[in-house]
Formats: sequence, C-alpha cells, structure tokens
Amino acid sequence: MAELMVSAQKVHKHFGRHEVLKGVDLSVPPGQVVCIIGPSGSGKSTFLRCINHLEKIDAGIIEVDGDLVGYRRRGDKIYELSEREVAERRQRIGMVFQHFNLFPHRTVVENIIEGPIKVLKEDKVEVVARARELLRKVGLSEKENAYPASLSGGQQQRVAIARALAMRPKLMLFDEPTSALDPELVGDVLGVMRSLAEDGMTMIVVTHEIGFAREVGDHLIFMDDGVAVEAGDPRDVITNPQQERTRLFLSKVL
Amino acid sequence: MAQTDVEDVHKAHGVKPEAISAIPLRHPGRWVAVGVIALFMAMGLHTVFTNPRFKWSLQWQYFFSAQILHGVTTTLELTVASMAIGVTLGVILAVMRLSANPIVTGAAWFYIWVFRGTPLLVQLLIWANLGALFPTLGLGVPFGHQFFVKQTFTIIPSVAAALLGLGLNEAAYMAEIVRAGIISVGEGQAEAAASIGMRKMMIMRRVVLPQAMRVIVPPTGNETISMLKSTSLVAYVPYVELLFATQNIYTRNYQVMPLLIMASIWYLAITSLLMVGQYYVERYYAKGSRRQLPLTPLQKVKAKVSKFGVRR
Repeated sequence: MAELMVSAQKVHKHFGRHEVLKGVDLSVPPGQVVCIIGPSGSGKSTFLRCINHLEKIDAGIIEVDGDLVGYRRRGDKIYELSEREVAERRQRIGMVFQHFNLFPHRTVVENIIEGPIKVLKEDKVEVVARARELLRKVGLSEKENAYPASLSGGQQQRVAIARALAMRPKLMLFDEPTSALDPELVGDVLGVMRSLAEDGMTMIVVTHEIGFAREVGDHLIFMDDGVAVEAGDPRDVITNPQQERTRLFLSKVL
Repeated sequence: MAQTDVEDVHKAHGVKPEAISAIPLRHPGRWVAVGVIALFMAMGLHTVFTNPRFKWSLQWQYFFSAQILHGVTTTLELTVASMAIGVTLGVILAVMRLSANPIVTGAAWFYIWVFRGTPLLVQLLIWANLGALFPTLGLGVPFGHQFFVKQTFTIIPSVAAALLGLGLNEAAYMAEIVRAGIISVGEGQAEAAASIGMRKMMIMRRVVLPQAMRVIVPPTGNETISMLKSTSLVAYVPYVELLFATQNIYTRNYQVMPLLIMASIWYLAITSLLMVGQYYVERYYAKGSRRQLPLTPLQKVKAKVSKFGVRR
C-alpha cells in the first residue's frame, strides 16, 4: 500500500477564464478522514471531483494510492490514460453526491448491485448478499425493492453510500452529502458516515457540517477562492482559527 | 382512501362540518356545444347511411379479400422493418451527434441535414431509380479494381428501395428524438455511473438510454403511426402495399371512393391498435419515475365492476 492514499500538489483548474483552483495541496494517509469546508464557489467540490477525474486538472499532480489520476508515468514522461483506464481507476474510488444521483429506473438493491455485477463482473448471488448486508448497515433492509422516488432524501443518500461501498473502494469521496437534506434527516446520513470512518475507511468529505468535521475528522481544510487557506487538526482550526478569512467564515456558520 | 382519511380526522376532532349545499354554477356554453356537435354528427351519419354511393356492401366485399389482406400485411411489414432501421440508425446518429469527436458529430449532422431536408417521396423515387445513376454496383478497391459487380436493379429491387427510402429517412427524425431523450437525462446520472467505474458505452446503455426512453417513446409512437401512413408513398416505387392493392382494384372497377374509404378504415384500425401498444410501452418506461402508476383503462373498468358488485 502506498504511504499516502491521496496526494495532491499545486492543483490548478480553470473553467474558461475563471480560475477555480489556484494551487491546492493535500495529503491523506490511509484510514484518515479529511473534511473540506469553505464558502460556496471556493472550489472545494471541484477539487473533490478532480480526485476521481470527473474534472480534468490543468496543472499540478494528483495521485491516488500511488497512481497518477488521469495519467500514467513511464520513465520521465507521462501519458494520458484511455477512457477504459480512467474507468478502471475509478472503480477504487467511491463517490457520494449532493443530489444522490441514484438510478431512478432501478430498485434500491439493483442500484447497489449494478457496479459489482456489470463493472467488476462478480457473481450475482454473492453481490446480492453483500448488498443486503450493506443495506442492513445503513438501516434500510426493508427498502430493498423500493424505487428511489419512494424514498426520503436521507434514505436515498444512505442507498447512494451503500452503492459506492458495494464496489469495495479504498477511498470514499463525499460531495456535500447532507446539503440537500431536511435538517431532521441529516443525522441518519452522518451516522452512517461516522460508522464508516470508525471502520477505517479513508474519506474526503466536502461539508458544511462543522460538528461532523470536529468530531469525526482527523484533518480539516478551509478553502476559499481556490486555495487552502488553513489546514490542521479540526478542533484547533475550529476553536482557534489563525487566518482572518477562516475566522469570518466560522463566525457565520457556527 | 383519501376521503376516509379526512373522515377519520374529523371523527377524531369531533367536528365534521356539514356538506356544502350551494346552487351549482350553470354551464350554458356546454349545451350550445352539444347542440352544434349533435347537429353535425346527425348530418354526417345521415349521409353515411343514406347516400348509396358509399357502397358499403361493396367495401365489405373487398375488406377481407386476398388482395387487400396482402396489401395490409405488406404495409405492416414495411412499417415494422422501416421503423426498426430508423430506430437503430437513429440511436447511432444521436450518439454520434453527442460525441466529443467533431468529425463524427459533423457526419451525423450532415446525414440529418440531407435526409430531413428532402421530401420522402423524392427519396423513395431516387432509391427506385438508382440504376439510372449507377447502372452497376460492385465491391472492390476504391478507384481501383472491382471484384464483384452486379446490375443495380438486381441488388436494389423495389422492396429494398422502399425499405431504404423509408428507413433512412426515418433515421434522421429518430436521431433528433433520441438526442432530445438523451439530453433530458441529468448529468448527475452519467457522473454517478462513471463514479462506479462504468465506461461510456455502458453508461449510455444501462443508465442514460433507459431513462431517456420516457422522453423518446411518445414521439416514437407518433413516428410509427406516421410511418404506417407514409408506407402508402411506396405505391409509387412501385411496390404492392395497401394503397397499391386498393388502386389495383379501383382501376379495374372504377369504384374509387368506396375503395379509398375502405383503405382509410384499414389505416385507422391499425393506427388504433398502435395507440394501445404505445400506451403500454409508455407505462413500462414510467417505472420508477412515478410513485404509483395510474390504473390502465382495463383496470379502471375492473375496479368499477368489482366495486359495483360489492355495493349490491
């Protein structure tokens, strides 16, 4: 296993003329939970999407589990990966989206088994058993045959987490997983994420839940305007921010 | 169900209000419309039953004749085969138009431009007369030796001209319908599929197209009905289908109107069947998009009948 699960150096990204990321660094050892907070438009979601190559970076380097994201290094040259290779690398990285993005035409269990069966070509009986186990873990055993439209947002997001976990990822990315939920449903999703962290999953979580970042996070990054303004132990950053911008942001959200 | 819930609530609170007794709003416009439409219907029915020139018995005599039935069968076969060509090629063209490769996008755009921009009848006649432009067709090295050469009319008989004309034209329309369906599926779906390691082709096949079907099916039903009627143009290729068979009969017995009306009844009957089929296909693809599907007309009737029985 590589020393770092994720290593990003001087990552730059622009959309047209707008520079969204202006040199972001990040190191995530295996088993760590890193939370990224910051105002909207700060580039935190874009940065997360760069890690599994949903966005292509313009400059800098991102490595996941020792491999370059989107490229292959041979000698002193790097080669762009083919579409197939990009897809293969993504198998090891789970992602949970703000708007769940469950497949609406498939039932809960079909959503979960889709990847392992169609992408990893695993045995259906075994995958279904694993899917049931995951559903039990996220507390939705009785919803196995429901369609996503009949579930609440919090239930859908827990299914989305189960769908990502069914691929047995080494790394989980969470893109504002609770931002689209009613306040009373946030707790269930955060609970699932917390137990995932306790099981030793490496996680990068873009969130507005300061409480979750403080209690579950091993490391906290505050991003603003495309740069990591401040980083460190979540308790220190939250209770005693060193930068004025961090202080201003925290005073608004706490 | 909903009603009993409301009643329960009222019972629980002990305040069931009295039913509203108001004088209902009058709708005089409706009665006027009923009168006008009833008048027109009476006039229509009167002429249908009293005008001897409709020659209903003659129509009936030909309705299930071997010639007409052969025409109907051919019309149905042409519709199904041309739609199959149109849908298959249409999906390919739609995916091509959405490709990241500008050459592929351009080629699809050009195809649609040509086949949508010229009349179907003209296209059918061009396919039928291709031999005038290319007397022989062959396989071989481009600009070089040909290994296999044949007369065009043997390779493209009138049935092939009919299928090529109808199918290739339809593909241009289907391409736009399928493209509309594909772009109606949110980007998040493709991203979620990509995040579990799916490749582009699989994302299209397993995630995007099944959801696009909800948008694709209704206009495709239209296209199928339209295709059924467009097959009548094939009579000018010429190829024997329902209209051609009808013409064959009336050029001999001069009963033009009765036989054209008979053909129209056949077209209407098949169209009606297609509409029923479309209803159930749409229902199938609505799976997961609604919490509860509405009852089919058949289920509604059954429900009413059983309710009636219970009340008795």
